[in-house]
Amino acid sequence: MVSGKSRRPIKARGSRKVRARGVWSIGDRVGLTIAWATGIFLCLVAFSVTIYLALKGVQYLNLDILISRPEAGTEQSETGGILDPMIGTLLLTILGTAIAAPIGVGIAIWLTEYGRPSLLARFVEAGIEMLVGAPSIALAIFGLLIFQNSFMAPFSFTAEGGAVFGRSFFAAGAIMSLIALPFVVGGTREALNSIPKHVREASYALGKDQASTIRRVLLPSARSGIATGTTLGMAQIIGETAVVVVLLGASLQLAPEGAIPVLDVLKGTGSTLTSYVYQNSPAGEGKAPEKAYAAAFVLLLIVIALNLFVNQISKRGRHTWG
Amino acid sequence: MGIESADEVHDRTESGIPPIKRIVVNGEMPPVRVSQGEANGAPTHIAESFVIDQGAMAPAWTEERMKVESLGVRFDRKEAVKDVSIEVNSGEVLALIGPSGCGKTTLLRSLNKLVDLTPTAVRSGRIMLDGQDTDLMDDTLLRKKVGMLFQQPNPFPMSIFDNVAYGLRERGTKRPGKKELEPIVVDALERAGIWAEVSDNLSHPALSLSGGQQQRLCIARSLAVRPEVLLLDEPCSALDPISTAIIEETIVELKSEIAIVIVTHNLQQAERVADQVGFMYLGDLVEYGSVEQVFNAPMAERTKDYVRGDFG
Ligand SMILES: Nc1ncnc2c1ncn2[C@@H]1O[C@H](COP(=O)(O)OP(=O)(O)OP(=O)(O)O)[C@@H](O)[C@H]1O
Ligand SMILES: [Mg+2]
Repeated sequence: MVSGKSRRPIKARGSRKVRARGVWSIGDRVGLTIAWATGIFLCLVAFSVTIYLALKGVQYLNLDILISRPEAGTEQSETGGILDPMIGTLLLTILGTAIAAPIGVGIAIWLTEYGRPSLLARFVEAGIEMLVGAPSIALAIFGLLIFQNSFMAPFSFTAEGGAVFGRSFFAAGAIMSLIALPFVVGGTREALNSIPKHVREASYALGKDQASTIRRVLLPSARSGIATGTTLGMAQIIGETAVVVVLLGASLQLAPEGAIPVLDVLKGTGSTLTSYVYQNSPAGEGKAPEKAYAAAFVLLLIVIALNLFVNQISKRGRHTWG
Repeated sequence: MGIESADEVHDRTESGIPPIKRIVVNGEMPPVRVSQGEANGAPTHIAESFVIDQGAMAPAWTEERMKVESLGVRFDRKEAVKDVSIEVNSGEVLALIGPSGCGKTTLLRSLNKLVDLTPTAVRSGRIMLDGQDTDLMDDTLLRKKVGMLFQQPNPFPMSIFDNVAYGLRERGTKRPGKKELEPIVVDALERAGIWAEVSDNLSHPALSLSGGQQQRLCIARSLAVRPEVLLLDEPCSALDPISTAIIEETIVELKSEIAIVIVTHNLQQAERVADQVGFMYLGDLVEYGSVEQVFNAPMAERTKDYVRGDFG
C-alpha cells in the first residue's frame, strides 16, 4: 500500500510549479505590484474609516444617548439620543426582511428547480438583475408614486383634504424588501445550484415527489445559503439612506398614526440610524455632529457584526457530497 | 494459485484505474468467486476480510422480479440502450459490465424510471415488475419497490436517524412518530452493516460520517422502505478497499431477500458478488449469462476481449 503511493509523482509536479514562478514576465510583475498596492491602499482606507469612527464614536457614545429619544433643539445638549432611530432601523429591517425572505426563497426555488415557463423565468431573472443595479433613490421615488395612490391610503397618513402622504414604515419596508430581494435570491440560488443532481435523484429514488424533495432535502441543504443571502440583504437595508429619507419621512421620533398598537407605528413615520446621521451631520442640518458620530459608530458595529455572522454561517453550513 | 501478485492488483485500485487484469492467468484455474467460496482462498487482499458461509448464502431458489423486454432509450438522436431484454431475479446478483458510455447506467435508471427525469430521454419497450408493466405503475410506488444507490455517497443533510427514516415519512396527516420508526430504522442499519458504528449517535449529522459509512447509510436508507429490487450504480468506485469489501459483503448477504443489479467497472468485483453477468457494448446487451460462463467461456468476441482486459 505504501509503496504504491510513493510511486505517484506528486512531488515532481509540485516542484515544477515552484519553478514556474521564477519565469514571470515584466508585465506580470508590474501587474502584481499594482494589485498589491491597490490592495494595501484599500485596507488602509477601510482601517482608517473604522478607526476614525471608532475613536469618535467611543468619545461621544454613552448609555444616555442610547436610551433617550431624539429631541429638536438648537443646542447639541438639547438634542436627546438615538433611541428612536435605532428602533426605526430595527423595525425597517424586520419588515423588509420579512417580506423579502419568503418571496426571495420562493423565486429562487422556482428559478432553479422549475424554471418554467422559461420566458417568464428569464424575465424575472432580468428584473432581479435590474434591482441590483437600480439606484435606490429611483426605487424610493417609485415607491412614493405607488404609496401616494388613494388605494394605498391604509398604509400611511391621510391629510384632511384626502391627500395620501405615502410615507410610512410600511412604504419604506416594502421598497426595502426590493433592495434585499436580490441578495436572498442570489444566496438561495447559489446554494441550490451547489447541491449535486444525484442528491435530488436519491430523494426521487426513494419514491418522493418534487415538492417533498424541495421541502425536506433541498431547503435544509440550502439553509446556510439562505441565511447568508438574507443577512446580506439585512445589511443592505440597514445601510440604506435614500429610501428612508424619501419614504419614511423626516420626523426624528417615531410618529404613530392611528389607534391600533404596533400597526400605528408601522403606519407612521420615523427615522433610522442612517437618516439620523444624515440629518445631524454637517452634511444635513448639522445640529448634532457628535451624536451623528455616535450613531454612525453604532451603525458600523451592526454592519460589522452582520458580516462576521455571514462569515460564520457560510463557514459552518457548507455541505459537501463526495 | 493462478493469481498475480496482490500488490499489483492493489496499486491499480488505488490509483483509480479499474483493475481490469484477470485474476486467472493461465486459465487452468476457475475464477474464484467469494459467493461460491471454492475454498481456493481469496483472490485479492479485499476478499480476505470476509469469508462467507457458502451453504447459507448460495441461493436455493431464484424468482423473477423484473423483466426488461426490448428496452430502447434515446437521448435526442443518441441511442444509449438498444433493444435490451434481460431478467432480474431475486436470490441472485446481476452485474452489468462494459466500457464507459455503453449504456449501463441508462439501463439501470430505466428500471426505476429515473431516466424519465431527463427531458430528452425517450424510452421504448416494456419493463415489468412482478408481472406488472412499470409504465402503468405510479412512479412513487415503483421507486419504493426498486431502490437505488449512487456512485457518490449522498446522505441528506439531516441526522443519521432521519436519513434512514426519510423514505418512511409520508406527507399528510398520519406521519409516523420516532418511536414507531425506530425498529425499522435499526433493522435497516443492521442489514446495511453499519449499526455497530452508529448506534450511539443516531442524532449526529449524517454528513459527518466517512465516505464508506455514508454509502452504507445510503444502503440502509434504501432498505428501510423494503424494496424488492436494489440498483447499485458503481457503488464502490468512490470508496477505499476496506469499505468496498464491507459493501460487497453486505450485497452478498442481501441477495437472499432482494434482487440486486450492480453496475461496476471492477471485473473482480463482478466476479466476487455476481451470479449473472450482462456485458454491454455501445448500447447492446452483447452477452448475458452466469458469471462462470461470461468470464470463462464468453461467446462473443467482444466479451472475450473485454474480460481479458484488451480494451477498457
Ligand atoms: N442525460 C443524457 N443526455 C444525453 N446523453 C446521455 C445522457 N445520459 C447518458 N447519455 C449518453 O448515453 C450513453 C450511455 O450513457 P451511460 O451513462 O448509460 O453509460 P455508462 O455505461 O453508464 O457509462 P459509464 O461506465 O461511464 O458510467 C452515453 O453515450 C452518454 O453520452
Ligand atoms: Mg454509468
